[in-house]
Amino acid sequence: MKRYSAFALAREAFRNHSGWERAWRAAVPKDEYDVVIVGAGGHGLATAYYLAKNHGISNVAVLEKGWLGGGNTGRNTTIIRSNYLQDESAAIYEKARSLYETLSQDLNYNIMFSPRGVLMLAQTEHELRAWKRTAHANRLAGIESELVDPQQIKKIVPIINLDGPRYPVLGGLWQPRGGTARHDAVAWGYARKASAMGVDIIQQCEVTGVDRDANGVTGVQTSKGAIRCKKLCFIVAGSSGLLAEMAGFRLPIESLALQATVSEPIKPIIDCVVMANTVHGYLSQSDKGELVIGGGTDGFNNYTQRGSFQHIEETIRALIETFPVISRLKQLRQWGGIVDITGDRSPIIGKTPVPGIFVNCGWGTGGFKAIPGSGWATAEMLATGEPGVLAQSFSLDRFAEGRMIDESVAAAVAH
Amino acid sequence: MKRLPTGGRLIDRTTTFDMIFNSRRITAHPGDTVAAALMANGERMVGRSFKYHRPRGIVASGAEEPNALMNMGEGEWLEPNQRSTVTPVVKGQSFESQNHWPSLEFDVGVINAKLSRFFPAGFYYKTFMRPRWAWKHLFEPVIRQSAGLGKAPDQPDPDSYEQFYAYTDVLIVGGGIAGLHAALEAGRAGAKVLLLEQNPNLGGRALVDVVDIDGKPSPDWIAATIAALEDMPNVTIRTATMAAGVFDHGYVTAQEQVATYTQGSDAPRHRLWRIRATRIITATGAIERPLTFAGNDIPGVMLAAAVRDYAELYATAPGERTIIVTNNDDAYRTALTLHSAGIAVPVVLDARPEATGTLPEQARAAGIRIETNAAIAKVHGKRKVTSVDICDHTGAGDVRETIPCDSVAMSGGWSPVVHLWSHCGGKLNWDEANAMFAPDPKRPPTGDDGEGFVIPAGSATGDLHATQALANAAEAGRQAAIEAGFTPSVGAAPLATAPTEYPMLPVWMMPINAPYKLRSKAFLDFQNDVKASDVALAAREGFTSVEHTKRYTTLGMATDQGKLSNINGLAILAESLNTPIPQVGTTTFRPPYTPISLAAIAGDARGPLFKPTRKTAMDAWHDANGADWEPVADWRRPYTYVRDGETKRDAVHREILNTRNHVGMLDASTLGKILVKGPDAGKFLDLIYTNMMSSLAVGKCRYGLMCSENGFLFDDGVVARLSEDSFLCHTTSGGSDRVHAWMEEWLQTEWWDLQVYTANLTEQYAQIAVVGPDARNVLESMGGMNVSREALPFMTFAEGELAGIPARAYRISFSGELSYEIAVPASRGQEFWDAALAAGAAHSIMPYGTEALHVMRAEKGFIMIGDETDGTVTPLDLNLGWAVSKKKEDFIGKRALEREFFHRTDRKQLVGLMPENPDDVLPDGAHAVEPGTNIYGQKNMIGHVTSTYYSPTLKHGIAMALIKGGAQRLGETLSFPLEGGKVIKAKIVDPVFYDKEGARQNV
Repeated sequence: MKRYSAFALAREAFRNHSGWERAWRAAVPKDEYDVVIVGAGGHGLATAYYLAKNHGISNVAVLEKGWLGGGNTGRNTTIIRSNYLQDESAAIYEKARSLYETLSQDLNYNIMFSPRGVLMLAQTEHELRAWKRTAHANRLAGIESELVDPQQIKKIVPIINLDGPRYPVLGGLWQPRGGTARHDAVAWGYARKASAMGVDIIQQCEVTGVDRDANGVTGVQTSKGAIRCKKLCFIVAGSSGLLAEMAGFRLPIESLALQATVSEPIKPIIDCVVMANTVHGYLSQSDKGELVIGGGTDGFNNYTQRGSFQHIEETIRALIETFPVISRLKQLRQWGGIVDITGDRSPIIGKTPVPGIFVNCGWGTGGFKAIPGSGWATAEMLATGEPGVLAQSFSLDRFAEGRMIDESVAAAVAH
Repeated sequence: MKRLPTGGRLIDRTTTFDMIFNSRRITAHPGDTVAAALMANGERMVGRSFKYHRPRGIVASGAEEPNALMNMGEGEWLEPNQRSTVTPVVKGQSFESQNHWPSLEFDVGVINAKLSRFFPAGFYYKTFMRPRWAWKHLFEPVIRQSAGLGKAPDQPDPDSYEQFYAYTDVLIVGGGIAGLHAALEAGRAGAKVLLLEQNPNLGGRALVDVVDIDGKPSPDWIAATIAALEDMPNVTIRTATMAAGVFDHGYVTAQEQVATYTQGSDAPRHRLWRIRATRIITATGAIERPLTFAGNDIPGVMLAAAVRDYAELYATAPGERTIIVTNNDDAYRTALTLHSAGIAVPVVLDARPEATGTLPEQARAAGIRIETNAAIAKVHGKRKVTSVDICDHTGAGDVRETIPCDSVAMSGGWSPVVHLWSHCGGKLNWDEANAMFAPDPKRPPTGDDGEGFVIPAGSATGDLHATQALANAAEAGRQAAIEAGFTPSVGAAPLATAPTEYPMLPVWMMPINAPYKLRSKAFLDFQNDVKASDVALAAREGFTSVEHTKRYTTLGMATDQGKLSNINGLAILAESLNTPIPQVGTTTFRPPYTPISLAAIAGDARGPLFKPTRKTAMDAWHDANGADWEPVADWRRPYTYVRDGETKRDAVHREILNTRNHVGMLDASTLGKILVKGPDAGKFLDLIYTNMMSSLAVGKCRYGLMCSENGFLFDDGVVARLSEDSFLCHTTSGGSDRVHAWMEEWLQTEWWDLQVYTANLTEQYAQIAVVGPDARNVLESMGGMNVSREALPFMTFAEGELAGIPARAYRISFSGELSYEIAVPASRGQEFWDAALAAGAAHSIMPYGTEALHVMRAEKGFIMIGDETDGTVTPLDLNLGWAVSKKKEDFIGKRALEREFFHRTDRKQLVGLMPENPDDVLPDGAHAVEPGTNIYGQKNMIGHVTSTYYSPTLKHGIAMALIKGGAQRLGETLSFPLEGGKVIKAKIVDPVFYDKEGARQNV
């Protein structure tokens, strides 16, 4: 892998950029791999990368039915935060956030992690109490997170309307080290480095069946032929239920379209991410200048990655009340992504009823922020065959046992 | 160039007025677009591009314009990124060009253009990584400042907006000849027709490119057709209304620029249409493609059809010497138009080996020089075109000749507008002959019946020629009418006659073998500065999916969403990859077609109409009597009633002590009240609640719990059995809508065989709690029904009258005191409130608010949904196992509650806490820790405070908490470390702090 740097850019500038090589190899599938990962989104690619980096396992294929990073990795609103309430969630999201801090350097790819802060507003007494509780929990979990009052909020976000005719801003939970990153770059950066370390990333390769014998998984059938493997991991948000069905088990997951939209680009008006859960809306401004706006999930299960209008309308209303100066801006584009929702809205990282098949799914509306931590934990599980510290609480059998990890108190809307 | 001596179909040349552009005065005629007025005032440069800050001029004449975007208006009226090619002029309106500092002419950002060699596609992924702090503190701030286009206003929006809901049999998008004729066909069949046109005028291209329709020039035919449509009561036409998005089930959004709006008027600025259509006809026309040659972004290089639009419709032109470059016959129309308007056309450069069609021959006959196999090697000029290098199209750019000129009109062929067809899943075919993606009529977006609900018409089908376009529009209009259930009349479609056109030649890079030097100056996306060389770079680096290319290069991600750049870009990608274009495919078309205002999406739901506040019948009284309001769900409730000289805390304590010692009154009207009625009502409630409800006797009340399927408690309240088949279920104030929807979901999706109806009666009753040792005395002195201990025992209700008002009195208590909740018709709530106040005066009655309610319930250890519960708490955790039936066969959550983990003794369980220091009040949400760390290295948290107050009754801080294994830890002392190192110690006690025996209510 040729290093990226300002120097390399300058060198290439004088030879018409003819020397840049492919970011990732155009791999053709081998007959057999130690590990096959289905799904070349952020989580799948990160898993492959950490398998190679942390565990020295690079005889790995990542299969992608479309183009890598084309699912929720390329559709989310790029928020990164770790101020979760439950111990298990706080641990894995904080692991992810801390890996994000150095990911550009680690991957030699500028993923533009931008810790400009995440602010979660409290607009009812009840919400304020919830954030107080989260702030206590975060402090004890070692996560920098603090309760801020309306005056501090006005300083952080000058365009905010604190007095809203309806729900005045009573305070907020502020995570200064949260922020955003360039979502596509996360997928591309992991793909490039993983590929350089020997991982085969195979796009346009749809898994059509799972081969198993009495002892467990033996391989997969794909649109590019059969591939044998010792271990198989599904990391296919939006299609998890479909893959599980192919393998002969079921997942406690509902698939729903999550709505998002962006405005036309404007000069900077807001630095940090603001989430207003009471009124259902959240917003940040990309480096391009677009306001990136997240809505809710559609009220019905489906697999179409299309935008719908109802949630966008509700969200825009809420955000105009919160930030009145955005009213005259224009909506540029809206879209949907399919999210896997579990019974406790926390992910599943774990073994499945089929020996050799593992699953990483169920990130719901909040998966992007978890990518590095999720990949780290999943790689550890695939390497050792058992979930490690970060993953163990997120096992599939927790639903049967009732060992739920519910963040609903802290995530009344999509996050 | 100012105005042409003749022409200007859309403008009123007898009237002029002024506007302001970059502090300069410009003159305009009514009917001009802002872009037309700028052109007529000689303004060439109208903005700067996004990345390189290169000079940008007007390219197009419609919604596809990528460059001529303006900050329109000032102060609170400012609107950024206004597309001046579709913005009508308004007297005195001011406009500013965007994305430059300090001025359009002298922009510091142009340094980016000087360094563009170092800034190819995606360069920012390859640098700015070290030192690590520099991204946040140095690189990113600079990038953020130089990116973005227009400016946001710094004040709230003074305008109003509204939304229209419409139903129609046939929705027609596009008011060109195809749309108009389709409307006529569907309208004649009797269908309800709504026709939307994004421009202020109807007629589309046929106003400029005049053809003969049934013996009439097209403008006359258009006028006659409009008149015929206006006579049809079932046809509605809306101009200046842009169909933005097509969604599932024929749902369409459209934004109307309201014609009667002026700055400061009462009229709404935008109106968002929300339309349900049985069939949608997309008569959306086609958009001309630019050609990709070096210098094609210099101000003065425009689309050929746009040039003749400006000449014909607005009597202006981009210059006085215009070179035309084309790969098709259509652009010769521009040559002829300019020629007859007296503008020099030094040459038409035609990439094709020969040009012998009707239109080229007309041009030749007019004396216009035509060069074939000709291309532009390079356009010279910085802020405006000065000359053009000509070369062989099939060569590598060797200059044949340099011709001075001040403008270039280019045509690379046409692409049908397929956005609305595609939004909801309509598929496209690649049309090799015309080098375009066109709708595949066999694969339309389908509705719930599996039938297609969008029908393309006119040139939007890919049939660019007027004859076919009009013929297929007639067919589309009839088909839509039939599919919407109408019978069209039989009759011949009108016949359009226009010159035949010879085949175009696909031209993606001009010249074909252009070297890097030219390709790195040949722009695909003018706004985002994406060049042919960028797409080639993306392909080389493996960004071979068209979606990857788009994201890596930002091609097509600008405010025009790639209307001009997409097809050219993916053709260059296909060329780079050496694959056929259809194999590369298109990116996904996303709503809206062109940007719509956020304000229109919000509509009139702003300010006081954004989530209107629900008010109880006594709201005005509370407001007049010192209520300190607290939002509770959509309601507002008095937190406390503050008297002169009191703090809020004083007021709350006064209210508690008065209620405990005498009598208090609470407006409890916000409590949810859901009537469940029917022969199976009891059976249904047995499934909804964890307790048995079917066994409740008529006249009795029972406290019930509801769990989710996962066994977690989510709402509670008192159920009263009104009659054999009717139950009134009280819910939490915040939960009434949710619980009602929950009941309906189960009834409609799972238990549809049960004979049960539900109705949310929350607002039908005012409900007033009369609470305290003197409560009975107060009610008795009001006169009416018997509320004695014997007549109305605890957990019963009775109906009758109090103070002459029909009332239902519930003997229930959330405070531990003798307590009644009286439900009266909402219309008589204030009357009852007044009567109770009067009757209670002798007993020192006073109202209390939500905080006193909360403290009193905490003193009694009663849980509050949302405080003691958070979606992870079961009834067993809260010592409410007694309310979970063991006899019932099933209820929601039963199976979940049987899971092993729910019965572990180390679960977090509800306890009471007494701080060691009586004046200490534990903070909300404080966590108790034990020594050491957990497996994650976090402090060892064992539980948290759920409710915490100072109890004026006990003169002691009290709290409720969920603590791991709490049930077994009575008497232990826990540590709560707070911010800043302070630690509060508190002892675990029984959560019932006050009157554990219930003596106070048992009177």
